[in-house]
Amino acid sequence: MAGMVHFFLNGEEVQTTEAAGILVLDYLRQRAQLMGTKEGCREGDCGACAVLIGELEGERVVYKPVTSCLMPLGELHGRHLVTIEGLNGEALSPVQQAIVDEGATQCGFCTPGIVVSLMGYVMEDGAEITSNGVKAALSGHLCRCTGYRSLKQVEPYLKASIGEETGIEALVANGVLSAYFLDMPERLRAIPPFGSQNGQVSPEVFIAGGTDIYVQQGDALPEIQVHVLNLHPEMKGISRRAGYLHVGALTTFEEFARDPEVIRLIPEIQDYMFLIASWQIRNRATLGGNIINASPIGDMTVLLLALEALLVFRDGQTSRTVPMTRFFKGYKQLDRSPSEILTEILIPEPAARTRVGWEKVSKRKCLDIASVNSAIKVRCEDGVIQEIGLAMGGVAPVPLYMKETMAFLTGRPISAETVQEAFPIAQREVAPISDVRGSAAYKRLLVRQLLMAHFTRLFPELMQARDFYETY
Amino acid sequence: MKHIDAVYHTRGEAQFVDDVPPPADMLYAAVFFSPVAHGTIRALHIEESQAIEGVVAVLTAADIPGENQIGPIIPDETLLAEDEVHYIGQPVAAVVATSPEIARKGVRHITIDTDEHPAVTDPREAYALGQIIGTPRTFALGDVESAWANCDLVVEGSCDIGGQEHVYLETQRARAIPLEGNVIRIYSSTQSPYAGQRTAAKVLGVANNSIEVDVKRLGGGFGGKEDQATPWACLVALAAWHTKKPVELVLRRDEDFQMTGKRHPYASDFKIGVDRTGKILAYQAWHYQNAGAAADLSPPVLERTLFHSTNSYFIPNVKIFGASCRTNLPPNTAFRGFGGPQGMFVIESAITKVAETLGLPREEIQRKNLLQDGDAFPYGQRVEEGRAVRTWEQAATSYDFSAIRDCVERHNVEHFETKKGFAVMPVCFGISFTTTFMNQASALVHVYTDGSVSVTTGGVEMGQGLSTNILSIAARTLGIHPERIKVESTNTTRIANMSPSAASSTTVLNGNATMVAIGQILDRLKAVAAKEIGLPDPARITIVDEQVYYNGDETDWTWTKLVQTAYLNRVGLSAHGFFATPGIHFDKQKEKGHPFAYHTYGTAIIEVTVDCLRGIYDIDAVKIVHDLGRPLNELVDLGQVEGGLAQGLGWMTTEDLQYDEQGHLLSHALATYKVPDVYFMPDDLQVQFLENADEPLGPYGNKAVGEPPLMYGIGVFFAIRHAMRAFKPDADLAFTCPITPERVLMGLHAEERKAIAFTLATSGNGEAPTPIPAPSRNP
Repeated sequence: MAGMVHFFLNGEEVQTTEAAGILVLDYLRQRAQLMGTKEGCREGDCGACAVLIGELEGERVVYKPVTSCLMPLGELHGRHLVTIEGLNGEALSPVQQAIVDEGATQCGFCTPGIVVSLMGYVMEDGAEITSNGVKAALSGHLCRCTGYRSLKQVEPYLKASIGEETGIEALVANGVLSAYFLDMPERLRAIPPFGSQNGQVSPEVFIAGGTDIYVQQGDALPEIQVHVLNLHPEMKGISRRAGYLHVGALTTFEEFARDPEVIRLIPEIQDYMFLIASWQIRNRATLGGNIINASPIGDMTVLLLALEALLVFRDGQTSRTVPMTRFFKGYKQLDRSPSEILTEILIPEPAARTRVGWEKVSKRKCLDIASVNSAIKVRCEDGVIQEIGLAMGGVAPVPLYMKETMAFLTGRPISAETVQEAFPIAQREVAPISDVRGSAAYKRLLVRQLLMAHFTRLFPELMQARDFYETY
Repeated sequence: MKHIDAVYHTRGEAQFVDDVPPPADMLYAAVFFSPVAHGTIRALHIEESQAIEGVVAVLTAADIPGENQIGPIIPDETLLAEDEVHYIGQPVAAVVATSPEIARKGVRHITIDTDEHPAVTDPREAYALGQIIGTPRTFALGDVESAWANCDLVVEGSCDIGGQEHVYLETQRARAIPLEGNVIRIYSSTQSPYAGQRTAAKVLGVANNSIEVDVKRLGGGFGGKEDQATPWACLVALAAWHTKKPVELVLRRDEDFQMTGKRHPYASDFKIGVDRTGKILAYQAWHYQNAGAAADLSPPVLERTLFHSTNSYFIPNVKIFGASCRTNLPPNTAFRGFGGPQGMFVIESAITKVAETLGLPREEIQRKNLLQDGDAFPYGQRVEEGRAVRTWEQAATSYDFSAIRDCVERHNVEHFETKKGFAVMPVCFGISFTTTFMNQASALVHVYTDGSVSVTTGGVEMGQGLSTNILSIAARTLGIHPERIKVESTNTTRIANMSPSAASSTTVLNGNATMVAIGQILDRLKAVAAKEIGLPDPARITIVDEQVYYNGDETDWTWTKLVQTAYLNRVGLSAHGFFATPGIHFDKQKEKGHPFAYHTYGTAIIEVTVDCLRGIYDIDAVKIVHDLGRPLNELVDLGQVEGGLAQGLGWMTTEDLQYDEQGHLLSHALATYKVPDVYFMPDDLQVQFLENADEPLGPYGNKAVGEPPLMYGIGVFFAIRHAMRAFKPDADLAFTCPITPERVLMGLHAEERKAIAFTLATSGNGEAPTPIPAPSRNP
């Protein structure tokens, strides 16, 4: 795309005609010669390249850590990119001093990224410094040297040094952050919206975050026409209307999980997020991207599938709604034409007393891809399953909507016996393959286990895991 | 003292090889590697690549002016493949271009035609085929054959031990700068500057002094850059030689994963005999090391497996056999522990099998057989100042074994879905390069007339805190403030013929060499002071806090005054110090000797909780008593213990190298190869250093610390197994590591798996072939 990308890099205003598809990481190291941002994996799994992205939200600029190795330059338009260099003052910041004093750096390669994420944590308005908060900030970072104890130990240090003085204003007032941060709302507002993205040239690829497509096609994207969807704020946001939760397709995982309406609908959403990607990735990955990427194992996809969400597509002036349950046709084959853009996801409000559950098993608990994941919604009345939605990932070429298992369970009394009777049905419905995430036999065993786990977790008053073992 | 680079680290100002501003005309290299595991090259097509705009050169074996040979011990490894390829990932050609992107594009336009041969990835199969590197080794003590008859119980078993990728956060990289007179300076991320120097010289056909290697710091090494940093240094040197331009090569993570070797996978068998109380009377083990396609460092790695096959235990009758088996995987290499961990895993498995058979607690058998002073190791050395019992007892008392056991047992009675388990893991690790001649080091110390000091050693700073250790040793020995001292980059023009930074010995060797060099300078300075101040005995002069003392009484001479006076008196203010570890030797014919300067000891307790429905687990706590001698820099030493532990825990659990039958590495990215993250490591991580434990060899009473703590991680395997037994006492459990969630769940659900298989068989729903989905990023 030929437009000019206009943004702020630390304290400097930048206007560039570099290709929109090049990575922010490459831009920083190769063009801007800012070497504090490191490349560790180029796929969002190590955090060495973490930077902060500041974005206008109303009157304020809100900063979030992201991995610059999965972010297209084009997305910087109208935003504030902050690297480790932009966070350095004359003296060490409390975050830096804590790491030095605790011996929480050895080789130092991962350290700048960690400083960036921890700064992102304390820059959040009203952020409370807790051990869980520090761990969450460290969650997307790999350190191969320390074993993390010393890194976790920065928490008491930060509590003592920053305490409740979190947020940009307080940090600037206390000399932790440079004063230029205060000017950013005004300076970002002055940047005009991105010019003719659609232009004459039709884009070859739409990017809705980019956290997967850059892993798959990272070398190709800088050389082709990309359309950075995140420059369309109208495709974000969550509202409740007419029995549906309307979720903009560009809503990030993190925005979704923090939304009060979503929490009302899926009370344990924050617990699920603990097992999904990392803070830095969740700030970038979008619900729409997760669905269109069509991974058979997408964590949010499986959840939305069990909730029987509807997908709203736009193609020029026309729009179309497709039930997610009929959207996945085959491996990475979708009921979507290349020019259609997913704009909105409609989640039907479940009837009263519906219970929702989500399960994921992966090799490493956090920031890993599932071997098998599954989501369920169940409504029972008088001990009988009235309504059920069940989806499983990693067991078929598509995120699998478990129609036959659902049909079997519907109308049956809810009990361990019923669930056990459903096991063979589920086994006949799935067709997992052996791959790097597990053997087919393992995934089949997980199908059984997660089905059991759903029901024992959602209906502890009716059945327990023990019931499923003593019958053998 | 804090890590001296920490401030630069936190500010992102610490420079790694490719952070130094590039010269304007710098070129970039990328590597084309073999796509097949074993084959004869029929043709290599580079023409298309050469035609790409921006590609400056495509280099192949034919472009090597010297010897195409980089094998460090056995000359069996080419820099660029000539006639045959032996593993997927073997470098075949290097594309040199004006940008890294163009160089990679050039790589994508190279093709190769090969006649494929069968690939072997299993070490037992390679052994059966006679694919053995070097000579198999056997260590023996007593007479196992006659001892079996005296045992009340003899059990046998097998272990399948996985490899491990280093995952240094900084991938392999090097930059070469051509200088006048055909000299090339290489900035390399290497643990072994001398290996890079001598190998690049060999490849280019020049003398060693025509190659200069300079190393500022590494973004992690862990053994992975001991020998395997060399090819990349050689490739940039070769490219700079041809293009006369600076050339940089930085591997991407997936390239590094596929092209470089790892910790050796092993297949091992054991036979162990005990009396009815659990006293071990005889132990025999057979180790088949998966060496990969070339020797690399496999023979000495195997040797250390043999050295540590009895871990912390005295066993009177022992026979340990080991063979390095050549397979079609990347040449496996050094990794923290260097073969020791595999040897220890097998003896711990054997003890576990005995305990399970006798129905005794595992730790009871471990405790009963711990090494005591005077006990012989199978290689002849005897235990002196052994601390196996001391660290065990301190751990048992201060961390309260019995309370931990009670807590585990209570949980397991009260809970069905989750079970807790624990294991004790003692470690005894020998310190020294087992190749005796390598135990030597040099240091170069300059004192400038303003009193500032420059120290260079042959050791490399790779995060282990060597620079910090050297600086504190220098400051303490000189009697001056640390701020006056600068630790320089490691450079082959300042230090010649250095051994790699490895074997946990870098501080021991280079710290002592620094003290030798400083001793020479101090002797000269004291002579000057004695003469100038008019003091009779220079030996009674000391320098403390930058002040000169005589007989403990302060004089009015300061450090700077003394230095300036010495200079004006034409006294040399520089010295080169040399250190060789005394008293070590080993006879490889007899397989006996005194190979280690000393041993370090420790004991860890590891507690886990297993979710038996899902097969996933949490490490609840790790509690360690470690024998460190006297801490040199407590923060640095503690970091080594904790970091080593984390790697050991990862190796045993989630770090899963999966190859397909054609020899492709399937888990070649951090998305599929999972190393410990912040949530993986337990919040309850406690380390105590043994007190009153000074090591005379020092420096300053300190003991080597780099490798031994990794082996505490082995305990997590047995803790998880312990928890699994609580869920299903009669489960048929293998000694296969890593013990991934898949292995846990499958191990606990044999009947359920059968039921599923029965369902499929009766419904006629077999495994329909479906396309393999590409790995996906973030679901």
